[in-house]
Amino acid sequence: MSALYVVVIVSICVAGLFLAAFIWNVKDSQYEDQKGASMRMLHDDEYQKTVNNQGQK
Amino acid sequence: MPAIDEKEHSVQEPRNARRATCYHCGTPCINNSIFIGNKFFCCEGCRLVYEILNDNGLCDYYKLQSHPGITQIKAVRNDKYSYLDNEDIRKQLYKFTDGDYTIVTFYIPGVHCSSCMWLLEHLYKVNNNIIESRLNFTTKELTIHFSKNKVSLRNIVELLITIGYEPYISLAEANNKQSKSYSRQKIYKLGVAGFCFGNIMMMSFPEYLSHNTGIEQQYAYLFRHLNLILAIPVFFYSASEFFITAWKGIKQKSLNIDAPVALALIITFTRSIYEILTNTGSGYLDSMSGIVFFMLAGRIAQERTYRSISFHRDYKSYFPIAVNVLTSTGIESKSLQDLKENDIVQLHNDEIIPADSVVLGGKAYIDYSFVTGESVPVTVKLNEMVYAGGKQTGEQLVIKIIRPVAGSYLTSLWNHHAFTKNKSEKNDAGSVIHLLSKYFTWVLFSLAICTAIYWTYNDPAKIITSVTSMLIVACPCALLLTSTFTNGNLLRIFSNNGFFLRDATVIEQLAGIDHVVFDKTGTITQSGTNHFTYTGHTLSEDEKEMLFTVVCPSKHPYSKALAAWIGVRIITGTSAWKETPGRGIDAITNGNRILVGSGKFIGMPNVRIKDDKTAVYVRINDKITAFNFLPVFRDAIPGVIRLLNRRYKLSLLSGDNDKQRELLTNLFDHKSELLFEQSPLDKLHYIETLQQNGGKIMMIGDGLNDAGALQQSNVGITLTDDINNFTPSCDAILDAKNFELLPNVLKLAKASRYIIGCSFIVSAIYNIIGLSFAVRGLLSPVIAAILMPLSTLCIIVITTGATSIIAGRLNFTLKSRD
Repeated sequence: MSALYVVVIVSICVAGLFLAAFIWNVKDSQYEDQKGASMRMLHDDEYQKTVNNQGQK
Repeated sequence: MPAIDEKEHSVQEPRNARRATCYHCGTPCINNSIFIGNKFFCCEGCRLVYEILNDNGLCDYYKLQSHPGITQIKAVRNDKYSYLDNEDIRKQLYKFTDGDYTIVTFYIPGVHCSSCMWLLEHLYKVNNNIIESRLNFTTKELTIHFSKNKVSLRNIVELLITIGYEPYISLAEANNKQSKSYSRQKIYKLGVAGFCFGNIMMMSFPEYLSHNTGIEQQYAYLFRHLNLILAIPVFFYSASEFFITAWKGIKQKSLNIDAPVALALIITFTRSIYEILTNTGSGYLDSMSGIVFFMLAGRIAQERTYRSISFHRDYKSYFPIAVNVLTSTGIESKSLQDLKENDIVQLHNDEIIPADSVVLGGKAYIDYSFVTGESVPVTVKLNEMVYAGGKQTGEQLVIKIIRPVAGSYLTSLWNHHAFTKNKSEKNDAGSVIHLLSKYFTWVLFSLAICTAIYWTYNDPAKIITSVTSMLIVACPCALLLTSTFTNGNLLRIFSNNGFFLRDATVIEQLAGIDHVVFDKTGTITQSGTNHFTYTGHTLSEDEKEMLFTVVCPSKHPYSKALAAWIGVRIITGTSAWKETPGRGIDAITNGNRILVGSGKFIGMPNVRIKDDKTAVYVRINDKITAFNFLPVFRDAIPGVIRLLNRRYKLSLLSGDNDKQRELLTNLFDHKSELLFEQSPLDKLHYIETLQQNGGKIMMIGDGLNDAGALQQSNVGITLTDDINNFTPSCDAILDAKNFELLPNVLKLAKASRYIIGCSFIVSAIYNIIGLSFAVRGLLSPVIAAILMPLSTLCIIVITTGATSIIAGRLNFTLKSRD
C-alpha cells in the first residue's frame, strides 16, 4: 500500500508540470491573439519565399 | 512595366461595363478609366498599391480574400508625417532600440482580414531593411523590427500608408502602456487556485467516501497535510485580492462585499489548520479553495477588455502629435506640448487646429462639427479667431497661436471637475451588492452571537465549532458569484451586438436610468449623408452629367451630396473651374457656364436668408434649380425615440442653430426639451442640473463637443459608425448599425437586476440549509463540500441561462460575430 505515497506525489508533480506549462503559455502571450494564429497557419508558403528572397539579394 | 498577373477575372470592356468594382478595394469605380490589363481600380491610389504589390511578388494578397484593400480615394498628404523626423518624438514611439536594431509598435485600425495580416507580415519583401513584422490581429497592433540606420521611421510609416494601412499614432497612448501584467496576474491566480482546488478535491475524496469508518490513519495524515500545503498558495496568493480590497474598504470605514468573504476565508483557513495539526478533523480546505477558484473565475468573466477600443481618450488623442511651425529658418516640426504663443503654424487640408489662433493667411474654411456640433463648415476672415479642434478644409492656412494648447476654449473643458473623478470607482461604491453585503454582514454577526449565547448555556464545548462553521457556510460568495457571472454574460452578449461597455459597473447604472439626452449632429442625424428636395428647373441627363463634372472635384459636403445623388457619370472635363470656399463653384464645361452655390453667388434675386443656409442653387446658363437639404436621421431614430418616449424623459442638446427645430419637435414630442446652440460646457451644466434634481441621466453623443456631458452623465454612450474611429472618453461605445437595440439594452440591464435578485434568493436558501447544520454544530466537511459546488453550479446556470434567454427574447444575437 505504500505505493500510494509514491503515486500521490507523482500525480501532484505531473499536475504541477501542467500548471507550469499554463503559466508559461500565458506569459508567452499565447492567449493574446487567438484569431491571428489561426490565420497565420494558413499562409503556407512563408518559409520557402523567405529563403528565395534572401537568395536573390 | 511590371509583369501583370493575368490569371483571374475575365476580360471586361472598359466602356461597356458601367460600374466595374475596384480590384484592390471592391469599391464601385466612378469611371472605368483606371486599369491595368483587365483589372480596374477606383482611383490612382489603389492602382499604385497594386503595382507595388505586383512588383514585389505579393499578389497572394488578392488570393486570400477578394478585394481586401482599403480604398485610397482619400489620399494622405506627403509631409503629414514629417514630424517623425523629429528625434524626440520618435524616441517616445520606440519600444526598444540599441542604436540600430529598433522595435516599434503601431496600432493599425484598417486591419480586417487575413490578407491584411499576410501583407503586413511580408513587409520585409517591400523593404529589406525591415527585419520582421508581426501583427496581433486581435489588438490590431503591428510590431515592426527594423534597422534604424538604414530605414527611417517616417519611411516605414509612409510605406504603410502607401499600401493602405495608415497607423494611428498618438503619443498619449504610446506613453500610457496599459498594465498587461496586471490582468495576467489574475489569470495566474486562477490557474494556481484551479490546480490546488483540483488536487485538494482528489485527496479529500477518500475521506468523503469512507464516511463513518474513517480511513486508515496513516493515509488520512498524508492527505490532510498535503491538502494543507496545497491550500497555502490558494490562501496567500490566489485569494490575496479579496483581503486587499476588504482592507481598503475597512480603512475607508465601509464594508464592501469582500470584507465578509475575507472573514470567511480567514476563519475557514485557521480552523482547518487547527483541525489538521491537532488531528481532530480534516478541515474545510476543499470548500475554501473551490470558493476562491469560482470567485476568481467570475471576476475574470466580468472583466472583459476590448483591446482595440479605448474608453479613456481625451482631446489629446484627437489632436495631431506635431504641427509645422514657420520659423525664420524655415518649416520646423514641433510637438504639440512645445507649442507656444505667437508661433506661426501652417495647416493643410483636413488638419486640425491645435490651439486657439488668429488667421494670418489663406482661406480659412473650418469644420467645427466634431467640437461644437455645427454641421456646416464656416468661413473665417483674416485676423479673426479660429478655435482649437476645428478642421481646415480646402487650401493651406497660416495661423498664429494666441493661447497655449491646454488653455484653449475646447481643451479647458477638461479642467472641469467632472473629469477628475473616477467614474468606475464611484459606480462600484454605490453598487447594490455592497449594500446587500452590509446587511448580510450585520445579520450574520447577530446570528453568530445568538448561537454563541445559546451554546454557552447548553454545551459550552460546541461554541467555537458552531460559530466558526456558521461563518464558513454563510460566506456571501454566492452573492458575489451571482453578480459577476450575470454581468460577465451581459457584457459578452452586449459586445456581440456591437455595444461595448467600459466595465461591469456600467450595467447597474444603465438599469437605473430615467432620462435620456441626445446630441444632434452625428448622433440623431447621420453626418456625411444628406437628403434633399429640389424645385425649379428639372435637370436633363446631359445637364446632370455636366453638373457631376463640376461638383466632383469639390470637397464641400453639399457638392459631395449632389455628386452622390447624380450617381456615376463620366467626367467630361472643364475649361474653367474655380471654387470660392463658403460661396460656390463657378465653372465652364462644354461651353456652358455652371454656377453652384448660395443664392447670392449664382445671382438669384430675392433669396430669403433663412432658406439660404440649407439650400444650394445650381444655375446652368439661365436655368436655375434649388436643392433644399434636409438632415438625414439615422434609420433607427424614429423607432428608438418612440419606444424610449414611453418610459423615459427625453432631451436634445445641439451645438447647431435651430433651423431644424420644427422637424425635431415632430420627431420627439412637446414634452421633450430641445436646446440649441449649446457649447460643450453648456451641455455639461445641463446634465449637472438634471442630476441635482435627482435625475439619472444617459447621454448619447458622438464628438468631442459631448465629452463633458458624457463624462458628467451617469452613463455616457458614444455612437460611432466605425468602432475604430476616434471616440471621446465615455462609459460605453455603441456601433451605429445597432442603434435600434438601444431600448432593449436598457430593458436587459433592468432585467439583470431581477436575475441577480432571484439567484440571490436561491443562494439564500442554500445558506439557510447550510446554517441549519452549522448552528447545531453538525457541519461536516462532506456537507460543506457538497453544498458549495452545488450552489455555485446552480448560480452559474441560473444567471447565464436567464440572461441568455431574456437577451434572446429581446432580439440580441447570442453567438459571437466572428
